[in-house]
Amino acid sequence: MGYPHPTHPKEQAVLSKHFGDAGARTFDGWVKRGGYEGLKKALGMTREQVIEEVKASGLRGRGGAGFPTGMKWSFMPKDVVKPHYLVCNADESEPGTFKDREILRWTPHQLIEGCAVGAYAIGAERIYIYIRGEFTAEHKILVKAVEEAYQGGALGANVFGSGKRIDLVVHRGAGAYICGEETAMMNSIEGRRGNPRIKPPFPAVAGLWASPTTINNVETLSASSHIIREGAAWYKALCRGNPKSTGTKLFSVCGHVQRPGNYEVVMGTPMTDLVFDMCGGMRPGRTLKAVIPGGSSVPILTAKEIEGCLLDYEGVVEKGSMLGSGGMIVMDDSTDIVYQVMRLARFYAHESCAQCTQCREGTAWTTRILERILAGQGKKEDLNLLLDLADNMTGKTICVLSDSCAAPVVSAIKKFPEEFDAYISRARTSSLVTA
Amino acid sequence: MSAGHSATEAHQPVFVGEVRQKLDALFPKYPTRQACLLPALWLVQEARGWISEGAIHEVAEVLSLTPAYVKGVVTFYTMYHTHPVGRHFIQVCTTSPCNICGAEDVAKAFLQHTGCGELGATSPDGRFTVIEVECLGACGFATPVLIDDDFIENVTPERVPGILQGYK
Repeated sequence: MGYPHPTHPKEQAVLSKHFGDAGARTFDGWVKRGGYEGLKKALGMTREQVIEEVKASGLRGRGGAGFPTGMKWSFMPKDVVKPHYLVCNADESEPGTFKDREILRWTPHQLIEGCAVGAYAIGAERIYIYIRGEFTAEHKILVKAVEEAYQGGALGANVFGSGKRIDLVVHRGAGAYICGEETAMMNSIEGRRGNPRIKPPFPAVAGLWASPTTINNVETLSASSHIIREGAAWYKALCRGNPKSTGTKLFSVCGHVQRPGNYEVVMGTPMTDLVFDMCGGMRPGRTLKAVIPGGSSVPILTAKEIEGCLLDYEGVVEKGSMLGSGGMIVMDDSTDIVYQVMRLARFYAHESCAQCTQCREGTAWTTRILERILAGQGKKEDLNLLLDLADNMTGKTICVLSDSCAAPVVSAIKKFPEEFDAYISRARTSSLVTA
Repeated sequence: MSAGHSATEAHQPVFVGEVRQKLDALFPKYPTRQACLLPALWLVQEARGWISEGAIHEVAEVLSLTPAYVKGVVTFYTMYHTHPVGRHFIQVCTTSPCNICGAEDVAKAFLQHTGCGELGATSPDGRFTVIEVECLGACGFATPVLIDDDFIENVTPERVPGILQGYK
C-alpha cells in the first residue's frame, strides 16, 4: 500500500505497510494482518527478555533525540513499588513532521500493540497516549481503536489471558508545541501548564505524579512490537552497514518536491534517493536550494551538502545537521530564506513557554530583528547581533526550544549570507513585512 | 462545535446531566482530580463553544482547584477560547513548510470570502472566525486547514469558496 503514494521500490515498508488500507484500522482487520502477535509473544517472555531484545535490535528513539530505546526501558526500577507509567508522545508538532499522524490514522492498533509491549517491558499497568488537540480525526480513530482493543482482550485486567493488567487512556492536548517535550507533557497530563521540568530527576526516577515513567514516541513504540515478533536480528539487519543506526525510519518530506508524503526506508539510505527518486525531485524548471532534514529545529543543509548525505543518526551529523524526527523541509530556488527563517523564529517565539529568560526574550528578539531586516530597516550589525543572541540561547535553558530556534537562524546566516545582505543593503525588499 | 453563548449571559452550569456523567467517567482514568483539568475544559468548550469566567469558576469547583489556577492553565493552551468566536472556527496553517507552498494566500482567501476582515476577528454575521495557526502537523498536505473539528488537506485559494459553502 502506501499513502498518499504507493510504496516506492526503494522503500522498505514495515510500519507503513498498511498505510492507505482502511481495513487495517479495526481490531479484526489488524489481527487478520498478523497484528497482536508481537504482544502475545512478549507476554510469554519475561520483562527483562523483552528489554534485552529491544536493546539488541539497536532501536533508537524516533521522536528526535535518538536515545536507545531498550536502554531507556532498562532505567525503570525492577521492583514495582510505586505505579509505573508509560507515556506515548503523539503530540507531533515539529514543523515538517507528519509521520505519527499517518500511523495514528491508518494503523491505530499498531500503536496500541506497541504501547502494550512497552508497558509490559517497563512494568507499567497504565499507558497515557498524549495526542495533540489539532488531530481531531486521529483522536476519534484512536479512541475507537482503544475500545475495540479492550473488547478484543489486548487491553484490560487480563491481557490475552496473561493475568497482566494494562490500561490505556487517551489524553488530548489543547494546542502547545512545548508539550511535545517529555517533562512538559507530564505536566500537561497532570493538569498543569506545559512548562518543562528541570532534569534530574529523570522521568524513570520521578515522572508522572513522581512515579517512574517512560516517554516514547509513536513510531518508536510501533516499531517495538515488530521487533519482538520478528526478532532483534531481523531488525538489526535493516540498515546499510552502520550498526549504530538500525531498522527502518519514516521520513516526512514536504515543501517543494513533486510528491510530498511519508516514505519508509532503511537507515543509511542516501538523502538524494529520497528527495530525487522517491519524491520525484523539484517542480519543473526549479532547482534545489536547501533542506532542513530533521524537523525545523535542526541546522539547514545546502543542496551541495545533501549530496552524499546518508539518512541515519551519524550520517546527518557528519554533514552538520541532525536526523531529528525525520521531517524534511525541501526548499527550491524560489524560497526566500530570510523570510522563512523569520517564520520559524516566529513559530518558536509563539511556542515558548516563557519560563526561561534566554528563550522568552531570545525567541522574541530574534523574530523582531529578522522582521526589521525584511522590512528594509536592517543594519550591518544585525547579523552579529543575531549570532550573539543565538549563542546566549543555546545550552542555557531548561529545555531545547530555545536552541531549536537558534539552530536554523545561525545556519541560515552562515550558509546564505548573501540573502541577508541583499535585504540589509536594500537591494531586495519584502512586500510581506512592514516595520 | 456548538454556537457560543454571549459574554454577557449569566453562567448556566455546564456539568449537569450527560456532561456531568462524562466528567464523572474521567475520574477513574487519573489518580488526581487536577489531572482531569484538560479533558474537563474540553467538555466545557464542546458544550459552550468557549470558556467563560463563569465556566472557569465551575471547573475549579468540581475539581477542587482555585479559579486562578484554572485560568492559568486555560490561558496556556491556544485551543481553549477565552472569548466567544464565530459559529465556525477556521485555523489556517502558515508555518514555514506550508508557507513556502502558498499558505498565506490561503489565509487571505479565507479572510476575503468569510468577510472577517482581519485575522482573529469574527465576521459581522457571526458565522466565521479565521486565524493563522502554527504547524498543524500535516506539512505534506499543504495547506491544511482545521474548520471546527474537520481537518481539510491540500487547500488552495481556489477551493476556499466551495469549502465555505459547507459551513452555514
